[in-house]
Amino acid sequence: MATPTTSPAPRTLVGSRARRRRETAIGRFFLACALVSVAITAFIIYTVLAQAIEFLLAIDLSQLVAPGWFPRRGMFDVATLIIGTLIVTLIAMLIAAPVGVLSAIYLSEYATPRVRGIVKPVLEVLAGIPSVVLGFFALTFINPAIIQSLVPGAKGFNLASAAIAVGILTIPLIASIAEDAMRAVPHALREASYGLGARRVTTATRVVLPAAVSGIVAAIILGVSRAVGETMVVAIAAGASGGSLRSWNPFESGQTMTAAMAALATGSDQVAGNNAAFQSLFFVGLVLFVFTLLLNVVGDSFVRRVRQAY
Amino acid sequence: MASQSATSIAVQRSLARQRRDATGLAFSILLLLAMLLTLVILVVLLVDQVTRAIPVFQERGVDFLTSGLSSNPANAGVFQGLVGSIVMGMLVAVLCFPLGILTAVYLEEYAGDNLLTRFIDINIRNLAGVPSIVYGLLGLTVFVAFFAALGFPNNGRNIIAGAVTLTALILPIVIITSSEALRSVPKTLREGGYGVGASRWEVTRQLVLPAARPGILTGTILALARALGETAPLLLAGAILGTFSTSGSLQDLFTGPYTVLPMTVYDWARKPQEEFRALTSAAIVVLLVLTLSFNTLAILLRNRYQKRW
Repeated sequence: MATPTTSPAPRTLVGSRARRRRETAIGRFFLACALVSVAITAFIIYTVLAQAIEFLLAIDLSQLVAPGWFPRRGMFDVATLIIGTLIVTLIAMLIAAPVGVLSAIYLSEYATPRVRGIVKPVLEVLAGIPSVVLGFFALTFINPAIIQSLVPGAKGFNLASAAIAVGILTIPLIASIAEDAMRAVPHALREASYGLGARRVTTATRVVLPAAVSGIVAAIILGVSRAVGETMVVAIAAGASGGSLRSWNPFESGQTMTAAMAALATGSDQVAGNNAAFQSLFFVGLVLFVFTLLLNVVGDSFVRRVRQAY
Repeated sequence: MASQSATSIAVQRSLARQRRDATGLAFSILLLLAMLLTLVILVVLLVDQVTRAIPVFQERGVDFLTSGLSSNPANAGVFQGLVGSIVMGMLVAVLCFPLGILTAVYLEEYAGDNLLTRFIDINIRNLAGVPSIVYGLLGLTVFVAFFAALGFPNNGRNIIAGAVTLTALILPIVIITSSEALRSVPKTLREGGYGVGASRWEVTRQLVLPAARPGILTGTILALARALGETAPLLLAGAILGTFSTSGSLQDLFTGPYTVLPMTVYDWARKPQEEFRALTSAAIVVLLVLTLSFNTLAILLRNRYQKRW
């Protein structure tokens, strides 16, 4: 995006002054449009940071360590939310990473154009399903049909079923980034491999996969970021709207950072006013923002490495 | 397709004849299973929701679409959500498309390779990865607060504030996909334009944008579908959970309380009554018809106009 795709029009041929002035004005207007996105970032950082700091100043810092996350009772144990987020992300990635990467290998190395023409839209339709829908699916199908039949003691709302649905949501993203990375591997590498008598499986796993490894790492990192930021699935399927105790058990109800924010926004006593529970929303938002920002920056640098290599 | 090249096929054929390739076979089966899993999940999800929804549609028919929210499952419908989603979609399209496409035009056609451009570029890439609920915080403290400060009714929690929030959310996606579409237009087309004396704007408007139109359209429609399915930011940015009533006037539509389809789904999904389970599925089917038709449109557009320069 940063490199200009055209060379500028030659100076002596740009024509009348009025025409040139109009050109400059148009350019400035477009720049103003581009700066809107910068303003959005500035607003996000400012509001989240300002309110988060106000929250930290308003509470006793010892309130940040408690047996659980119960914002209405003044227990702001962020560790509870981070553990919940880790559980959901880990289980989601156990599903999404292998399925996504294998789908990518299939699409890039095995599928004929005709099969690709069918499979690709299926992934895109899956990517287009709103997360509320998958949340309800997790609650009414994944949990009773899979989780509770495998783990008899599992609760009606639990982190594991939410995590599976988050994994499903993440598959298309991982598949599409990983596939792009593998398709960017030059054909000469494959031809050379076949020329040496390698089988298709050897070429795919020993030649293409290592060549595209930074793209695949990027796909997984960006997938993690997506899973960490997913809200509605966990809000619907994992329960714990009022708060939850610190726990590592995925078969109990629980909360992630995002779900805790959604719960604060939808609780029976609607978020309003200037109390600490309301401002904890911004504190959690800040933690979440920093988390995903780091993941995205790292992920993006891997994506760029692929582009530079070939 | 690499695997389709003549050399590789010939080599594989000759090699395969000599001995059975067990590893290769196992690996292809594994890949196929991964693909099938995705397909099965999608089919199970759709069939599950549709079968749950069918009784509601049989019993209620169009009434389900035209009746409003209610705490009584027997006459609750998705009318406000449907209207809200349609109005929201139009507002987001009007706000987001010009802004996003012009930003992409600036970055690809006008900007030089300097520090500012790189900064804007990095900024947009990072913005695209910010979780949607964080945009809700932005909507609540900036856009809703703005309308509240102007003295709008309902504390500024109106559909315009919601639309601005969703615009901020999908703007980076629109910019990135539009930029990609513009970048795929060959340089020679532009050089030709300059060669006959066209200015930068004339080249952009008459040559580059028309050539990039299918790509831009696909990206923007997909982004709009994403906006229509979003719930989390609107939870904070003022959409109503639960029932409410409006006078139905045009002014109320834009400044009064509002909700959108995914909010209705979320609201009903949380209700303990068994009757609301079926209603939730019915609302999901309506929501899926709306968002997936946008998705399908985008995919069809892309397949129709896919061009190799």
